[in-house]
Amino acid sequence: MAKRLASTLINMVLSLVLISVTMSAALAFVYLKTKDPIEAAAMKKELEAIREVLPEFNSDPVSDMIESNGIVIYPVTQNDESVGYAIKTYTDNGFGGRIELMAGFLPDGTIYGVSVLQHKETPGLGTKMTDPGFREQFIGKNPGNFSLQVKKDGGMVDAITAATISSRAYCDALQRAYNILIQDTSAVTDATTETNE
Amino acid sequence: MSSLKYLTNGLIKENPIFVLVLGTCPALAVTTSAVNGLGMGAATLFVLLCSNVIISLIKNFIPDKVRIAAFIVIIASFVTIVDLVMNAYSPELYKALGIFIPLIVVNCMILGRAEAFAQKNKVLYAFLDGLGMGLGFTLAITMMGAIREILGNGTIFNIRIFGAEGSTLLLFVLPPGAFITYGFLIAVMNRIRMKYNL
Amino acid sequence: MEYIILIISAILVNNVVLAQFLGICPFLGVSTKIDTSVGMGMAVMFVMTLANLVTYFIYNYLLVPLGIQFMQTITFIFVIAFLVQVVEIILKKSVPALYQALGIYLPLITTNCAVLGTAILAMQKELNLVMSVLYAASIAVGFTLALVLMAGIREQMVLTGNPKGMKGFPITLITAGLLSLAFMGFSGIVK
Repeated sequence: MAKRLASTLINMVLSLVLISVTMSAALAFVYLKTKDPIEAAAMKKELEAIREVLPEFNSDPVSDMIESNGIVIYPVTQNDESVGYAIKTYTDNGFGGRIELMAGFLPDGTIYGVSVLQHKETPGLGTKMTDPGFREQFIGKNPGNFSLQVKKDGGMVDAITAATISSRAYCDALQRAYNILIQDTSAVTDATTETNE
Repeated sequence: MSSLKYLTNGLIKENPIFVLVLGTCPALAVTTSAVNGLGMGAATLFVLLCSNVIISLIKNFIPDKVRIAAFIVIIASFVTIVDLVMNAYSPELYKALGIFIPLIVVNCMILGRAEAFAQKNKVLYAFLDGLGMGLGFTLAITMMGAIREILGNGTIFNIRIFGAEGSTLLLFVLPPGAFITYGFLIAVMNRIRMKYNL
Repeated sequence: MEYIILIISAILVNNVVLAQFLGICPFLGVSTKIDTSVGMGMAVMFVMTLANLVTYFIYNYLLVPLGIQFMQTITFIFVIAFLVQVVEIILKKSVPALYQALGIYLPLITTNCAVLGTAILAMQKELNLVMSVLYAASIAVGFTLALVLMAGIREQMVLTGNPKGMKGFPITLITAGLLSLAFMGFSGIVK
């Protein structure tokens, strides 16, 4: 075995500094190379979810996004005419903690589609909230006259068997999205105030 | 022929998962499916291979007293590279493996091989040792992932073999299933090794 | 309320060892006797809480302003390794009694993935300083709980006969599986 560098102070400092500098340079290089793809990958997922929950559109929802209380609203237009709003909403009441949904609302507040972005529910029970069977009961409903609570709590939603907590959480997230929609977008508020007058 | 034994050492005789029982955290945490196991294995293999080779290359320039610090810098750098690359090009897998990618840095197996093997051996041997150990690790956790996925989900590599969704032994994709699968696998390996004197 | 949820969730619902699979190595290695388990648990709590305190400042006042969050893994592992050394030296000099009790566990903590994992998780959850430290302490309590429970079982298990192939790790892991199953009963208690 070849002789090792002696453990003098200068040698130790020098070798460590040299290794750190080289490795940091390599890291910085990889970081710069991967920075754009990482951002693109994150955006792509959001965009896919938005496309899933709303009718066809040709605007760029990301550039129009509005943030409100940790909830992101993506207004979406087709040829400058409003198609609806995709709202990235959440709840912390899930069985396994936070659940994130992308909810698509038409301009009048009707739910067009919902997609689960992230959850930690129990496999086989709470995870059924990603199934079309559960999701479909929300589509075409307007939370203005469709009570977003499970039937057990006096609402109109059929809960998933043995996963009432997950179902409640799902409704909670949707309700939050709807509240924000009414509060922060002029379109829906205008529509409701007009009819009220 | 002699150099080949460095390669096979990690596969069976000193398999990091089944025999040395190192790197157990990722082996239990990410093996909910065969794909996750394979992804984690590949990430770990890459880090182990690179760190083994680099450490073996520069072993004579690292003073003995600061060697551990130097090893950690090198390992952590490769871990960060894997982290960034996976985030960019395989976001699904990146999300599934989550915190266990940065935690490759404290996988005792990697620092252990650097300390016990790479810093004392030629580059070629360090390379073969890293490859063998890494493959042994990958094979073992992919196997665990496959078993848990088959029993817990009725699928393998996302292809359904039996059972409808929800009618399978869900226990195996939940945390307790990880411990139980791992326990029985080591027991089986012990038995096999006893029988054939491996 | 927020604090209580954080504590209960970290100790019971998302137990660091039995649900999150962090710190498995010391869990399997040190959990043979109850008193060593308590010692290890205390040492981990000490370092983990300190580590979260220090990494909080490093992350928010050094990495973020410089825009180099990708250096997180490297800096954190260094902070932890450094802390372990410092704690060891300080304890040896000033509180020899405590050093006697915890000393042998300290070097093992650098490679305890629960410590690094907790620091990273606290950053990911974007906890504030108080929450982050509280989170670390709660995780450490959960870690100690799992270790002590396991040690209690293993002390009894020595007296039973196991098949040859099951001795050692296999039976320990299967026991851990049953413990983990019991802890699953806690999921859902925070709402």
